[in-house]
Amino acid sequence: MSVTPDLDRRTLLRRAAAAGLLVTPAAGLLSACAGSTPDQNNDSAGEKSNDNPFGVQDGSAVKVVIFNGGLGDAWAKEDQAIFNAKYPNVTVNMSSTQKIKTEEQPKMATQPSDVVMNSGADMMDISTLVNEGAIEPLDDLLAAPAWEGGGTVADSLLPGTVGDGTYQGKFFVVNVAYTVWGNWYNSVLFDKEGWTPPKTFDDFFALAPKIKAKGMAPYVYDAVHGYYPRWALMATVWKSAGKQAVIDIDNLKENAWRAEGVLPALEAWEKLVKDKLLLPGKLDHTQSQQAWLDGKAAFIQVGTWLKNEMAETIPPGFEMKISDYWGLGATDKAPNDVYAGAGEGIVVPAKAPNKAAAKEFLRAVLSKAGSAKFAELTKSLASTKGSGDNVQDAALASANELMKNASSDLISIKLWNFYADLDKESQNLSAELMAGRLTAAQFVDKMQAAADKVAKDSSITKQTRDA
Amino acid sequence: MRHGVARFVTGFLALPVGLYLFYVVWPFLQAAGYSLTDWGGYSDRQQFVGLDNYLRLFSDELIRKAFWHNVFFLITVPLFTIALALFLAFLLNVGGREDKAGIRGVFGSGLYKVIFFFPQVLSLVVIAVMWQQIYRADGQGLINGMLMKIGLVSEDDPITFMYDPEPFLGVPAVLWWLLLIAVWSGAGFYMVLFSAAMQSIPKDVYEAAILDGAGRFHTFFRITLPLLRDTVSVAWVYLGFIALDMYALVFVMTPSQGGPNHASEIFASVLNFTAFQKGQFGYACAMGVALAIFTILLAALQLRITRRERIEY
Repeated sequence: MSVTPDLDRRTLLRRAAAAGLLVTPAAGLLSACAGSTPDQNNDSAGEKSNDNPFGVQDGSAVKVVIFNGGLGDAWAKEDQAIFNAKYPNVTVNMSSTQKIKTEEQPKMATQPSDVVMNSGADMMDISTLVNEGAIEPLDDLLAAPAWEGGGTVADSLLPGTVGDGTYQGKFFVVNVAYTVWGNWYNSVLFDKEGWTPPKTFDDFFALAPKIKAKGMAPYVYDAVHGYYPRWALMATVWKSAGKQAVIDIDNLKENAWRAEGVLPALEAWEKLVKDKLLLPGKLDHTQSQQAWLDGKAAFIQVGTWLKNEMAETIPPGFEMKISDYWGLGATDKAPNDVYAGAGEGIVVPAKAPNKAAAKEFLRAVLSKAGSAKFAELTKSLASTKGSGDNVQDAALASANELMKNASSDLISIKLWNFYADLDKESQNLSAELMAGRLTAAQFVDKMQAAADKVAKDSSITKQTRDA
Repeated sequence: MRHGVARFVTGFLALPVGLYLFYVVWPFLQAAGYSLTDWGGYSDRQQFVGLDNYLRLFSDELIRKAFWHNVFFLITVPLFTIALALFLAFLLNVGGREDKAGIRGVFGSGLYKVIFFFPQVLSLVVIAVMWQQIYRADGQGLINGMLMKIGLVSEDDPITFMYDPEPFLGVPAVLWWLLLIAVWSGAGFYMVLFSAAMQSIPKDVYEAAILDGAGRFHTFFRITLPLLRDTVSVAWVYLGFIALDMYALVFVMTPSQGGPNHASEIFASVLNFTAFQKGQFGYACAMGVALAIFTILLAALQLRITRRERIEY
C-alpha cells in the first residue's frame, strides 16, 4: 500500500473499527487489490522459546489444507490433536480436498492458507512456486528442536527428506510420506513356482520364458501416465550410469544423456519391449495394477502406496512384496542404490497470515507420535525416522527390508521438478519407448535435444543440484 | 417508449447486465491485459512485455502442431456432424413412404429422435468417461472385447485407440477416434434442429416435387437442403466453436492430456499446460486471446459467406 495518506480509506477503516468490525480482514482485502503490498508480518508478536521456537501467538488461528488422496486425511486429524494438546487456544481450521491447485492457486498472490499440502494430479508446480517467491523457505523449521526433543527436526528425518524438499539451496517443501519404489511381485506365487525375484535384467530375461510358459505376461505397466514408466527407466539409468551421470542430467550438462551407461540402461528396456514381454493392451495405473493382481502379469513397478491404493481388490492368497529395480549386472556403477524418497509435499505460502503457527503445525506433523499414527493409518512410512516400527504389514516389511540393504545413496531425480518442459518431454518419450515406437538411441537423442533447448532458453530459471 | 417504461425495463436489466459485465466481460478484458505481461500466476509480480507473448506464438512449434489439429477438427467436426444430422433428420421427417396422410418419416421416427438426441443430455465429461470404457485398449474394452470374441482382433494386438499416433490420411489415428465421439455426441442435437427447420417447409412443396417424379435424392438436394441453408449455416458456426474447443475429450481421454507424444495436442491443452504446469499465465493468456480473435474472425467470415436473401413461405 502506498504511503500517501488516503483520507477515504482511513475514514472507512476508522468507521469500521468504530463499528466494532474486525479491521484486520478489511485491511487485508484492501491491500489485496493493489499490486505492490509490502509484507505486514505480525508473527513476532508471540514469545519465542525452545518449546515454542516460532513464537506461536495464543488465540491466533491457522488454516490447514490437506490433500485427501490415496493417503486419506485421517492422519492429519491426529496431528491436529497433537498440536491442540499443546496449544489449546490456537484454532486449527483444517479442510481437505483433492483440488489443491483449483482452490489454492487463485489465493496464493493475496490471501493464501497457512499450510497447504501440495499433492495429487491437481497440484501446483513446485518450481513455479519457488521461482515466483510464492512459498516460504522453511530452513528455520529444520533447525528447530524436534517436537519430542532430542536433536533438531532435521536430525529426526529419514535420509533424502531434506534433499527432496530443497530448491535453489533452500528447504521449501516438507514431504511427509516416505515412499520406496521398485518391482512388485506376488510372493505366494513365486514361492509356489520356485521363482526368485530377479536382481538384474539378465535374471529377468532368463526368468521371462518360464513366466510366459504359465500363460502369464512377465511385465505390465501404466501406459496413460508417462511418469510411471519413467521412474523405472531413470532408476535403471542411475544404477547403470551412476549418481554423477544423473546429477549431470539434472544440471543440464552438455551431452549428459550421452554419458557412459545411460544408453545400455535404456536398451535393456527396449529389449523388454521388443521381446514382447509386456501384457498386450494399454492400461492406466489402476487397470494395470488390477491386471497384476488378477495374475495376468508377474511384475509391476510402482511405489509403496500400492497396497493402500488397491486394498479393496487384493485377492485372497495374494501377498505383495517389493523388490529393487533391476540393474544391468557387472557394469553397474551403483547397483545397490534404492529408489526412495519423501513425497506428498506440504508448503507454507509466502503470504500466509500466520506463518509461526504454520511452522509449528509442521513440527507436530513431523513428531514421533504424529508420524507413528501416519504409518499406522496409511500403511506407508512417514519421513520421520522409526514411524513404521510398530506396524505389522508384509508389504511395508518388504520395503523396510529393501531399505535396510540399500547403500547410503538414494536414487533421486530432480529433472521433472526442475523444468516443466522436460517433465512433459520425458513422460512422452518414456511412453513412446514403452510403446515400442522409439529406440533407446532415439530416446537419448530426443532427451538431449530437449535438455539443450531448455538450457538455451533464457526465459526459464535454471536450477542445480550438488548431491 | 414512454419514460416510465424505460425506467422499468432498465431496472430489470441493470442487475443481469451488471453481473454479465463483471463476471464475463471483465475477466475477458483482464485476460487480454495479462497477455501483455509475463505474469506467472502465483504471485503479484508482473512486468509489461508488450506484444512479446504474441510474437512468441508464431515461433512455438507445439502451438503450430496444436493449431493444425484444431483446423482438422474445424473442418471435420462440422462436416461429418451436419452430414449425419441432415441425413437422420431427412429420414425421420420426409424419408418414409408417402400415404394418405402425405409425406412422413420412416417407421418409429419418434423413438429414434429420442435415442439420437440422448447424448446431448449427458455432460461431455460423462461421455468421455463412457467412451474410455468403449475404447479401452485391452480385452475388457467394449469394442476390443467384441472384436476379439469374433476373431477379428488378436488378443496380443488389440486396437489401441487413444494410444495410436500412427497417421491415417496424414492425421494421427487418435484424432480420428476423438472425431468419432464428437460427431456421435453432437449429431443428435443438430438432427433435432434440422428436423424443426424441415417441419417448417410446407409439405405441398414436396408433394409437388414427387408428382413431378422427383425421387428422395432429388427432393433432398433440390428442396430440403436449399431451404435449410440458414439453419445449416448457424449450425456450422456453432460446431466450429466446438471444434476449436474439444478440450474435455482430449483432457479426459488422451494419455498425458494431448498425447501420445503430442499426437492429440490442441490449442486448449497447450494453453492449460503453459498456464498451470509451466506457470506462464501471461503467455497462456495470449494464447487464449489469439484463439478468441481467430474464433470471432472465423464466425464473421462464415456468416458473411453464407449470407443471402431469405426465402419466405
